[in-house]
Amino acid sequence: MSERHLTFTLNGERREASAETRTHLADFLRHGLGLTGTHVGCEHGVCGACTVIVDGAPVRSCLMLAVQIDGCTVETVEGLATGGQLSPLQQAFADHHGLQCGFCTPGMLMTLEAFLRVTPSPTQQDVRIAISGNTCRCTGYQGIVEAALTAAAAKGSRP
Amino acid sequence: MSARYFGAAVTRVEDPRLLTGRGRYVDDSEFPGMLHAAFVRASVAHGRIRSVDTGEASGMPGVVAIYTMADFAGIAQGQMPPMAPHPLLPTPITYHPLAVEEVRHVGEAIAIVLADDRARAEDAAAAVSLDIEELPAVADAVLASKAGAPRADSKRPSNIAATMKAGFSDCGAVFAKADHVLTERFDIHRGGCHSMECRGVVASVDPHSDVLTLSTSSQSPYMVRRHLATYLNRDESQIHIMTPDVGGGFGPKANVYPEEFAVALAALKTARPVKWIEDRQEHFVATTQQRGQVWTLDVAFDHDGRMRAIRGHCVHDNGAYAPYGLILPATALASFPGPYALEALDLTIDVVLTNLVPTSPVRGACRPNAAFLLERLADRIARHLGIDRQEVRRRSFVRADQMPYSTGMKARDGSPISYDSGDYIAALDLVLHKIDASGFQARRAAAAKRGKLLGLGIASCVEDTGLGPFEGASVRVTPAGKVVVSTGASSQGQGHRTALAQIAADALGVDLNDVRVETADTSKFPLGMSTIASRIAVTAGSSVELASQKVRAKAIAFASHKLEVGEQDLELEGGAVRVKGVPGLNVSLSEISRTLAGNVGMSLPGAMEPDLAATAYFNSTALTFAYGANACEVEIDPETGDVRVVRYVVVHDCGKLINPLIVDGQIRGGVVHGIGNALFERMIYDEAGQPLTTTYADYLLPLASEMPPIEIHHMETPSPRNPIGVKGAGEGGTIPAAACVISAVENALGSNAPFIHLHPISPQQVMKWLELSGSAAQA
Ligand code: FES
Ligand code: FES
Repeated sequence: MSERHLTFTLNGERREASAETRTHLADFLRHGLGLTGTHVGCEHGVCGACTVIVDGAPVRSCLMLAVQIDGCTVETVEGLATGGQLSPLQQAFADHHGLQCGFCTPGMLMTLEAFLRVTPSPTQQDVRIAISGNTCRCTGYQGIVEAALTAAAAKGSRP
Repeated sequence: MSARYFGAAVTRVEDPRLLTGRGRYVDDSEFPGMLHAAFVRASVAHGRIRSVDTGEASGMPGVVAIYTMADFAGIAQGQMPPMAPHPLLPTPITYHPLAVEEVRHVGEAIAIVLADDRARAEDAAAAVSLDIEELPAVADAVLASKAGAPRADSKRPSNIAATMKAGFSDCGAVFAKADHVLTERFDIHRGGCHSMECRGVVASVDPHSDVLTLSTSSQSPYMVRRHLATYLNRDESQIHIMTPDVGGGFGPKANVYPEEFAVALAALKTARPVKWIEDRQEHFVATTQQRGQVWTLDVAFDHDGRMRAIRGHCVHDNGAYAPYGLILPATALASFPGPYALEALDLTIDVVLTNLVPTSPVRGACRPNAAFLLERLADRIARHLGIDRQEVRRRSFVRADQMPYSTGMKARDGSPISYDSGDYIAALDLVLHKIDASGFQARRAAAAKRGKLLGLGIASCVEDTGLGPFEGASVRVTPAGKVVVSTGASSQGQGHRTALAQIAADALGVDLNDVRVETADTSKFPLGMSTIASRIAVTAGSSVELASQKVRAKAIAFASHKLEVGEQDLELEGGAVRVKGVPGLNVSLSEISRTLAGNVGMSLPGAMEPDLAATAYFNSTALTFAYGANACEVEIDPETGDVRVVRYVVVHDCGKLINPLIVDGQIRGGVVHGIGNALFERMIYDEAGQPLTTTYADYLLPLASEMPPIEIHHMETPSPRNPIGVKGAGEGGTIPAAACVISAVENALGSNAPFIHLHPISPQQVMKWLELSGSAAQA
């Protein structure tokens, strides 16, 4: 198997590593780098559990090859909290019971993190559509939607 | 006890870890020297294994070993032990860890490939060549139940594995005297489970202690230990099972699976840690599924709509094996007569083997099936008589003044089933009020102006919860004054660590943050059952309460001795035992714990037993009965047949709420699962038993964009059957949901619409019904 050397920024830190060309990004993050916060629920691009942010856009890390992040900026769930403080979105998830088993949660957080950056004042329906590519079997979605709306409001940008 | 936390919507102690990526699911652990497993699985639904050729595969890069069952002959052999033996199944219908001679469904594991990484293990698994002589397969339970059908298991004389009966009184007599009798056939479709985390297991053997450790995504770690011990002829003390974070369970993870055994056998044989993580495609073909049943029911009722008796027959699609015995069909039967006070009941279930993935409980087990049948019958009676649906229910329900109410049925242990408490009519009234049923016609007219068909659905249910025999808990105050609660009850996201901590914190007067709950590690707590059937709040919750009260009593006895104050003048608060009304006069739990931990040569005060700790098992000898009434509105687009649930209101009574935040979350998730069953989730097989839906492109799960907000109202009728007055809440959302949605769809289609006897429904089907009913033209 051919390996490639990669240089990238991960959660604000410059990193170098090598990856087999066929390894997808989720496996590379989880097993190559030990960042097991990113989860794999389907490995065919539907459930959204593996969502991470690459160069500002939410991507399904099971559908992207690790070698494609060479030169890119990657954000994972491990990078959301700063200085031991949950991010406003993470805190809102806890406050609104936006998670139960927590398995879909990293993907939900990263999808919404990217979404709220470009849509600071979403409606409930906007949020539901934004996470329509993320499956959650536990929560019925309502807590997640409420969390996203609360986090958006907390940023002061919602009317 | 001051109820500071019990009943409060406190946020979960689990969350900060899970929100920051520090969860520890089974795939998150790595061990030095660990091997990765992939399974070679059957590609035909029924066949005789002629040979397994591993020649080419074993030489591939990274491959360490490839085993079939024959390779484990020196360690263990034979079929797996049955999880729930039943006299009607004298020969258990269980898997071998790896198939021997015959395969009975697509996806059955035949060989295990071990390699230094998963990708290489999969490469090699694909290169193993199987020679399987295909045998006739049967993929439809009704066909399978007919004489002359191909046999799903060539070693068994018939596809009917068992015939179960349940009922009470003389149905014939009631039918003979009833004003009306109707007969309906129902077809409830099988669906999958789909916890977002697939299954997984890591096994390793400690070379010094010879303890076999499994980290597994199970709802039943103690069952895994027990059955593995039996199978391996090992003492239970030499098996250690852990379930770290588990990414959803919903029933199927309560089974003990062949893969768990095969991975354990591989670890024993190689003396190296072995990890297997199920992928989603495997989940479709190897994790148990449910629901599939075809029923024919007769219902007897009076002119006024009072439902009097039901009799009928069910073909239960069991799939190829019965890992969990007959628990699923037994639950279907035991879920009758639901909220209805029937005079007689007579049901028969044929448990039928097919060459499909085995079935076992999925969220609600067969309770949603029973609710669907009963609620559909209630709607059917109303239509037949031309009266309001709620009237049939109002006249037929068990009334509050009849509580406790013996239904006439028997529980699994043979004891009579009796509903403990509740007011089913009040719940229905409340939900109709909350959804504004009286304003419905106006809303329907408004929707019609937009070209949409609006329908109102109602459904009620009763849910047996708190299944016995027990869970237990130990509660210990550490010398630092912290409280450690340990229980065998596993969690798959239900928030047990929080709910159980709330109970202990109140009983011991400590801060919630000073309580740590350890769940489901067989090395930390000796016995446990399973997190199934909405039983943990009742069983483990009560155990925590009982153990905490023992610890509390001991702390008070200690303080009474030390402070020379009568016990009645003492209270626990702020991490100390205090003299009521005398600030400053107290002894901290930390000091008591330290003293009772002993000091060499020093006697313990008052000749007390060491350790500020206690263990208790709550023996749940009678079920508790949660119940609910649901109402929803659906909007149908007559141009496309698309059905949208636009409003959903739940009235739910699960006794005392430990944590409303968690209970609401359980209900909402459950409702969405039921909406999925009603509208989306379809596991399709062809006639030869090939699954045609093995990705999420084909099998549709409910998504946020299609789900309505779900409004919840609680009634709180404490259960008299446990010390904390609770009833379970894990499945109450799912049980009536499909019935409620289908009721609304039928209502939307109008009075000429055909009776809807099945789910899930599809837009194509809705279009056909629209044509038949003429509603398409009306809109
Ligand atoms: S794991 Fe990537 S979308 Fe499901
Ligand atoms: S919290 Fe379990 S899948 Fe979303």
